[in-house]
Amino acid sequence: MKAAQVIMDTGAHAAALAVKSARVDVIPGYPITPQTSIMEAIADMVENGELNARFIPVEGEHSAMAAAVSAAAAGARVFTATSANGLLYMHEVLHMASGGRLPVVMCNVNRGIFAPWTLWADHQDSFAQRDTGWIQYHCSSNQEVFNTILQAFRVAEQINIPVMVNFDGFAISHCLMPLTLPPQEDIDRFLPPHEPEWRLDPEHPSSFSNVTMAAEYAPFRQMLSDDIMASIPLVKQAAQEYKDITGMWDGDTIDTYRLEDAEVIAFAVNSMAAELRLSIDILREQGIKAGLLRPRLYLPFPAEDIINALPQNAQVMVLDRNYNFGHPGGILASELKSVLFGRRNDITVKNRVIGIGGIDLTRRFMAAEIRDMIDD
Amino acid sequence: MTTSIKKLPDIEQVLSGNGACGGCPATMALRIVGKALGSNAIMLLTPSCSVASMGMTPKLGYNWPGINICFATAGSSASGIAHAVEIMQEKGRLPGELPTIFSWVGDGGTYDIGFQALSAAAERNDNMIHFCYNNEAYSNTGVQRSGATPRGSFTTTTPTGKRQPKKNMALLMLEHNIPYVATATVAYPGDLYDKVVKAKNIPGMKYIEILAPCYLGWQFDMPETVQMSRMAVHSGAWLLWEAENSIISFNNPSSHIISGKKDADPVDEYVMKQGRFNRLLKGPDATQRIAEIQGDIDREIAFMRERAKIMI
Repeated sequence: MKAAQVIMDTGAHAAALAVKSARVDVIPGYPITPQTSIMEAIADMVENGELNARFIPVEGEHSAMAAAVSAAAAGARVFTATSANGLLYMHEVLHMASGGRLPVVMCNVNRGIFAPWTLWADHQDSFAQRDTGWIQYHCSSNQEVFNTILQAFRVAEQINIPVMVNFDGFAISHCLMPLTLPPQEDIDRFLPPHEPEWRLDPEHPSSFSNVTMAAEYAPFRQMLSDDIMASIPLVKQAAQEYKDITGMWDGDTIDTYRLEDAEVIAFAVNSMAAELRLSIDILREQGIKAGLLRPRLYLPFPAEDIINALPQNAQVMVLDRNYNFGHPGGILASELKSVLFGRRNDITVKNRVIGIGGIDLTRRFMAAEIRDMIDD
Repeated sequence: MTTSIKKLPDIEQVLSGNGACGGCPATMALRIVGKALGSNAIMLLTPSCSVASMGMTPKLGYNWPGINICFATAGSSASGIAHAVEIMQEKGRLPGELPTIFSWVGDGGTYDIGFQALSAAAERNDNMIHFCYNNEAYSNTGVQRSGATPRGSFTTTTPTGKRQPKKNMALLMLEHNIPYVATATVAYPGDLYDKVVKAKNIPGMKYIEILAPCYLGWQFDMPETVQMSRMAVHSGAWLLWEAENSIISFNNPSSHIISGKKDADPVDEYVMKQGRFNRLLKGPDATQRIAEIQGDIDREIAFMRERAKIMI
């Protein structure tokens, strides 16, 4: 048996390597900072024959997602990637992917939204797509990006719902970290070839998404809603089986750190949650029983796992890298409060919006924020 | 020699019982296209009359797998499918002959909202046929102006007649240097059939635009669709041509107008037959506005005659 290979690599290139390992068929792509290097790497792999696939250099993100969903409808395994305004430009077609039950996998490299222009990370872009019917992971390391893309294909193709794999621009996409690459035969065992139940097939002419009366439209929408909820066990199963085969684990729907006896819990996603582990250590040294709960899965929001994981009478400090306009704080805090309401009245939720437009979030800064929030 | 209407194959890809208007030119044209393409094809549709008339889920009035896509995306969606079937066949997952990938899209989905994605697909020379059935307005939503609406035409969004000329979309596609571009119209079914057969056998991007006189939008009597189509050609308001590798040739009877062997009919009769234009005659500037319509036609004929002289 071949051993795993360990290299130093960026998050963006780790994503491209995952696409290669997944033996993807079609990759429509359009450049946008900080996603561009994923597409450059894939274009290179296709051109030099490392990846037997078609790279379609489309003229915009709306077309990237259109080509992706249509290729998926033809039966291909499909990947694309984008960031920020590119993701917003795709918005209409994101709904076609989920409504059409087409298992596209996409990376969104998180970046703040125009206007005014910013290049750096926050989470307004992915959270703004909450109601498009996509499953959304948020990743905190280069390794997790690689692992999650493979798990995303498994889940997407099992339940015919598209999956978005989010990670921060620059902090993850452009920074080198050690990356373990499992042997290809292990990945092939984890992710067998895509065999869609249905595809556009001239032998079996059928209509796809023409005008649909309410009596049929409403059940389609209900099924999508039900199946998004039903994806949680599949997400857990994919994480577990990936661990069984590769030995690697990033958490399933959630990831925790020093949580069991914690009284003060940081709640955040993406790269800031990796840095928060160090903040937790600082707080512990200062005598504060701190812990971390990081949702890997943002949609469906893993309510039961969060409710079950939180220790009694804890204060949860939600650190949102986004705004929930019309409300005083961020989006994660609203999501958390809605699942705790009536279920965990012992929990106190506090919230701050930090790190907007890529403001650097150091361990000391976040430890100080959390300490400060205790007295709020 | 153009294939005679009597020699067209019996195969019917447009099934009976669909919801199109009587005398619908798009449906007539699609029927001819089906005879040329056969059944091994995948059809893409953007919101348009042909979607409204195809039947509601789960029914399908066309005997192909038909995917409804977002309005702006005919070019990119067809690219996705074209690449998908090719790579799946290369990888041994799709046995048999490759299906023809074709979009069946109105002038709105071609000239306007779909222009960007179509232009990009053409520039990439992806393997598809893009059909534009051009009824010169958004007929499906109740006749609003599009980039294909000719000057002088009344629509619900040009209540005093459109003030700008239409753009020459087929010429714009030609200037993408794609392997095949053609124009057609329903009065010449053999010409349309031959062009589709030719396009089917050329790899890369093919563009075929079919003038589709719509009785509802153009305001003429329902049984006169084919007659209106013929009058459009005889007046020079619609030119029949095709271009293989950017070399233009004109088809009968447009070739006679271009060569000067026969004069185009004055536009007056064509205009008078259509309610969308003849309201102009009630205005104080009627003469001038009819002259503008004639001027647009004369300019297009002159331009295309000269453009066709470029033989490289």
